[in-house]
Amino acid sequence: MQFWEWIKEPWPWYVAGPLIGLVVPLLLIMGNKAFGVSSSLRHICAACIPADIPFFKYNWRKESWNLFFVAGILLGAIIAANWLDRGEPIAVNPRLQTELEEYNIRNYSSLVPLDLFNWPSLFTVRGFILMVAGGFLVGFGTRYAGGCTSGHAIMGLSNLQWPSLVATCCFMAGGFVTANLLIPIVLNL
Amino acid sequence: METKDIVTKSTIKETNTDFEVRSLDTICINESQMQHPWWHSIKYLVAGSLFGIVLVKAEVISWFRIQEMFRLQSFHMYGVIGTAVATGISSVWLIKKFKVKTMYGEPIELHPKQFNKGQIYGGLLFGAGWALTGACPGPLYALIGTGATVIIVTLLSAIAGTWVYGLLREKLPH
Repeated sequence: MQFWEWIKEPWPWYVAGPLIGLVVPLLLIMGNKAFGVSSSLRHICAACIPADIPFFKYNWRKESWNLFFVAGILLGAIIAANWLDRGEPIAVNPRLQTELEEYNIRNYSSLVPLDLFNWPSLFTVRGFILMVAGGFLVGFGTRYAGGCTSGHAIMGLSNLQWPSLVATCCFMAGGFVTANLLIPIVLNL
Repeated sequence: METKDIVTKSTIKETNTDFEVRSLDTICINESQMQHPWWHSIKYLVAGSLFGIVLVKAEVISWFRIQEMFRLQSFHMYGVIGTAVATGISSVWLIKKFKVKTMYGEPIELHPKQFNKGQIYGGLLFGAGWALTGACPGPLYALIGTGATVIIVTLLSAIAGTWVYGLLREKLPH
């Protein structure tokens, strides 16, 4: 029983990190697949809205494993959220809490800040920038960069590819600037 | 009849754009020549589920954790990514050293990534999106699974972003 109590706690980095790293050999051994999630967005475009764009004219069925993989992520999250969770609020650094307090962000009951990410706020400027513009940048940027955190930062670095190191540094640089300079402005809107 | 049709279609596309396009975009080059019935892909669903569980339990899909990371207020994300990369590097090294094969007996192939300026411009843009949404593509799927249904809109927007990239690709500096 103690094991289940432990499972339901948030997992520390030294447990989660190695498990995420093991996805790399797992996919290679399962069938020579390179770990990467953002490609799934491209396959969805290729499957649903290719619109005669050369970038989406390829045999996406050959990459359908990737769609099974992301469907699995969704399924795993359903399992984790419903059966492996105590439902306690997320513990956030008090400094960040103080800062978020200024923007009336006080709800820590979910992994996403419910004060910001909810259906009604989609129609506010703040919500639109965070959810819609942010999402667009994720899709556009990952494909432009040729990969995301999994494809470049984990798979690419695992294979010691220096272009992936460049990409990872740029992810971090973009994030640092946005989180520290842009987000305070956005949250004030 | 249907299989024949697919084979013909894929051959045409391979010769036209497929290889050329994918060689520039080295993520997801999958040169496995093996053909399996669709249910063989269930194993990737299982792998994805395990990954999804870890993403949720380690809270790396949380907007709060991402803000802490970019404000240097927590070691958690750095610990997760650092140990994931260390595990990945060791695994790939072992796979190369012992010439590990796939479960079907195929040799494991790893593809080098070629540098282009997209990794800089795209990387910076993605970094901005990561900070705003608090999610990269994997976490988008995971967040929807945890019940944050509004993230469906963010995922659709990410698909739109990928589509617009495909549309503008030739005009963008690489």
